Amino acid sequence: MSEPSIQVGASPAVQYLLRIGDACLISSQRLAEWCGHAPILEEDLALSNMALDLLGQARGVLTRAGQLDGQGFDEDQLAFLRDERQYLNPVLVELPRGDFALTQMRNLAVSTWLLGLWRGLQKSSDAELAAIAGKAVKEATYHQQHAADWVVRLGDGTDESAARLRAALTMLWPYFNELFEADAVDAAAVETGLGPAWPSLKADWLATMVAVLADAGLSLPKDSVYQSTGRVGRHSEHMGHLLAQMQYLQRAFPGGKW
Amino acid sequence: MSNPVEHNSCGRLDAAWEVLRQIPDPEVPVISLCELGIVRDLRETAGGLEVVLTPTYSGCPATELIQDNVRAGLAAFGEIQITMQRAPAWTTDWISEEGKAKLKAYGIVPPGLTHLTQGQPIRFVRRGAQARLACPRCGSENTEKTSAFGSTPCKALYRCLACLEPFEHFKPI
Repeated sequence: MSEPSIQVGASPAVQYLLRIGDACLISSQRLAEWCGHAPILEEDLALSNMALDLLGQARGVLTRAGQLDGQGFDEDQLAFLRDERQYLNPVLVELPRGDFALTQMRNLAVSTWLLGLWRGLQKSSDAELAAIAGKAVKEATYHQQHAADWVVRLGDGTDESAARLRAALTMLWPYFNELFEADAVDAAAVETGLGPAWPSLKADWLATMVAVLADAGLSLPKDSVYQSTGRVGRHSEHMGHLLAQMQYLQRAFPGGKW
Repeated sequence: MSNPVEHNSCGRLDAAWEVLRQIPDPEVPVISLCELGIVRDLRETAGGLEVVLTPTYSGCPATELIQDNVRAGLAAFGEIQITMQRAPAWTTDWISEEGKAKLKAYGIVPPGLTHLTQGQPIRFVRRGAQARLACPRCGSENTEKTSAFGSTPCKALYRCLACLEPFEHFKPI
């Protein structure tokens, strides 16, 4: 007998939190895939450690989302018992991990974005969210440094590493749009002081990306009109596979613990 | 410690603090939870004590074990309630001087004060010269970082180019 799915309510505050919590959760899942597979032991440690930080951040945010939702769902139920359409992470974080260059390029984009988001959330009207952000902002700083180091190192490395990094940037670029899109959930968060509007984070994010990419010898690709839609629950074809792997144990053995 | 500890109010708290000062951090057992700076408060409740802890890192896997160890250590004081408090966020600046000295003696270079590293530009080539860490064994500053992350999220890996020994660094955060 498998565990039935849960459904969270449609409150904008809960959705705003799920977008952030799910971004951390799914990033963590993708980074954890490198455990035992990274090119060198030090990177195995680094990627696993960052996955752990992101998982911890996801736990805090999902717990708070469950409280605001008011149906009594805890972090584990929210992580493992929702269906695909109920996850609100941007598509960027669910894309397959790709090669090492793609992972580092995505880590740079995601950590720079999250760093700006956590900074804004430190001033949240929700004290618990502000406290989570106060801790996460320090962790994201280390993640960003690490990813920026690698992006420059790969871009400034061999022809092969530079070509792979360029391919990664070209492939990921259209998915960055979703990180800075305005909508009603965003507007409600600004109105209640829950958190910053995501479009307001774009200028700082872009400035950092341009600077790091310049050091890496890369220029920005042309703007894309593509809009991915993970934040409203419409995901890429990769999400179902990711969830199947992530949820299997809790679905097959409800409430199972280590 | 099989009988409930009988003391006046102040003495009870002092005795409980004394117990907490003996409970080691599970991942870096050379320092105690108090020296690490994660015990934020200790209060008396109707049936026992409330211990206020703060996590080091959001995803630190030792958090649950630390709670269990605190509960077990203080069992003689009645019902132990543990409150996790995130704000203000833990910083390595809260590691006591004694704790830092013990870390160094154990072979882990203690963190410098966080204000020294904050606000540095993040970019690879322009981060600028950072102070070299001194090897905890031979004291040489001829050292290099081998990995930004170590066996736990809080540490980085280094090696000494003079005595050739590897060592860890507790990162400022």
